[in-house]
Amino acid sequence: MLEAWLTLIWIVIKILLIILPLMGAVAYLTLAERKIIGRMQARMGPNRAGLFGVLQPLADGLKLLCKEIILPSSANRFLFIVSPILVLAPALAVWAVIPFSEGLVLANINAGVLYLLAMTSLGVYGILIAGWSSNSKYAFYGSMRAAAQVISYEISMGFALAGVLLASGSMNLSQIVLRQAGGVWHWFVIPLFPLFFVYWVSAIAETNRAPFDVAEGESEIVAGFHVEYSGMGFAIFFLAEYANMIFVSTLAVLLFFGGWLSPFEGIPILGKWFAWMPGIIWLLAKISLFLFLYLWLRATFPRYRYDQIMRLGWKILIPLSLLWVIVVALFVYYHVGIWFA
Amino acid sequence: MSLSFAKRQINSLLLLELFRGLSITGRVFLTRAITIRYPEEDTPISPRFRGMLALRRYANGEERCIGCRLCEAACPALAITIEADVRSDGSRRTTIYDIDAFKCMHCGFCEEACPVDAIVLTSEMHYHMEARGENIFTKDKLLAIGDLYEEKIAQDREKDNA
Repeated sequence: MLEAWLTLIWIVIKILLIILPLMGAVAYLTLAERKIIGRMQARMGPNRAGLFGVLQPLADGLKLLCKEIILPSSANRFLFIVSPILVLAPALAVWAVIPFSEGLVLANINAGVLYLLAMTSLGVYGILIAGWSSNSKYAFYGSMRAAAQVISYEISMGFALAGVLLASGSMNLSQIVLRQAGGVWHWFVIPLFPLFFVYWVSAIAETNRAPFDVAEGESEIVAGFHVEYSGMGFAIFFLAEYANMIFVSTLAVLLFFGGWLSPFEGIPILGKWFAWMPGIIWLLAKISLFLFLYLWLRATFPRYRYDQIMRLGWKILIPLSLLWVIVVALFVYYHVGIWFA
Repeated sequence: MSLSFAKRQINSLLLLELFRGLSITGRVFLTRAITIRYPEEDTPISPRFRGMLALRRYANGEERCIGCRLCEAACPALAITIEADVRSDGSRRTTIYDIDAFKCMHCGFCEEACPVDAIVLTSEMHYHMEARGENIFTKDKLLAIGDLYEEKIAQDREKDNA
C-alpha cells in the first residue's frame, strides 16, 4: 500500500518537474515573442517591468488573474468553462512521452508517436466547443476556421510523421532519436528534408500561428474562438497555444534534428570539447532555435487567406508528403545512404 | 514569356521570395532599435519649437514689453488681454498682460509681431495646470517663466539666427 502511494507521489513529482518549467517557458516565450518581434520592427518591446522587461510575464499573468471572468448570458455555461480545460489538457498531456535526454522520459511507451497524434487531435475539440458554447458569431467563425485548418493540416503532418516512422522503424521517440546517433549527417532532416518542410508548415498551421492564424484574424473576427473569454479562461487558451508551440518545436527537434544528440558528435576535435554537455542542453538549444524561427516567420509573413490555406494544405503539402513517404519507403527498402544502412 | 514563366516557377518552388522577406526582418533584428525611451530621453527639437509662453527682460532687468498691443492684435485666438499705462518714471508699461493658455494655439504670431522681442515661445512643452484659473498666464507668471528660461530662450534665438 505504502509502496503504491510512493510511486504515485513520485509520478506526481515527475509531472510537476515537467509542467512547472513548461509554464515558466510559456511565460517567457510570450516575452521573447514581444521582444523579438519588436526588434524585427526596430522597436524595443516591453522594457518597463523589471530589467529589460523580465517581470512583464508576471505582470501580465497577475493582471489576467485579477480580471473578472465574464460569462456571456447566452453561453452554455458548463461547456464554456470546460473548453479551456479541454484545450489545455492535451497540450500538457503530450509532454508525457517526450524524452528530454537518454532515459529522461515520463512514460517511455512504444506507441509514442501515435499517442502524440491522438493528443494533438484532441485539442481541436476544446477549440470547437469554446467557439460553439460562447454563442457568438465571431467565436463560432473562429472555431470553424481553426477546426477546418487543424484537421486539414493534420493529414500532411501525419504523413510527415509516417515518413519518420518508416525511416526509423520505431514509434518510440527515444528510439527515433537514437536512430539518428552518430553525427549531424545522420539526422533525419537530410534524407527527409521535404517531410521536415511539410511538418514545419503543418505544425505552424496546426498551432494556428501566423501566417496561418485566420482563426484569430483580428480585422475580421476580432480574436477568433476565444473572443468571449476573459481573465483566466483567456489565459488558459493562451497558455495552451504557447505550450503547443513549444511542443511542436520539440517534436521537430526529436524527429528531424537528433533530439538531445550533440551536433558535434563524430567531429574529431569539437566532438571531444562538447562531450561533457548534457543532452538536455542540446535539446533546449535546438528547441529555442525553432521557437525563434516561429517568431521570425510571424514577424515576416502576412496572413494567408482562408482559401489559400486550404489550397496549400490539400493541393501542395499532402501530395508532397505522400510522394516523399513513397520515396522514403524506397530508400529504406534499398538501404540508401548511411541513414538506412 | 516562357523564360519568365520558368523563372516564376523556380521562384515559387524554392520559396525565394519568402527567404528574401526573412532576410529583411533578420537584418532589421540585428540593427539598433530606433525607439526613444520618452521620459528618460527626449526627441531632438528645433530651436524654433513653439512651447510655453514667456515674457523676456533686458539684461539690466528691465522688462521689454512696452504695451504696444501688436501681439494682442496679431493673436488669431484672441488669447491676449493687455492694459497699459504710464509708469511713475514716465515710460509706458502694461498693467495687465494676460494670456489664456487654453485659447492659445502656439502659432507664434505674437512673437513675430513683437517689436522688442518681449513675448516669446520657449522650447519647454512639459507644463500643466492644477487648478481652475491657472490657465490664465498673468504678467508676473510670464515674466517669471521668462526669468527661469532666459538662458535657453537666448540660446535658441542665437541658434536660429546663425
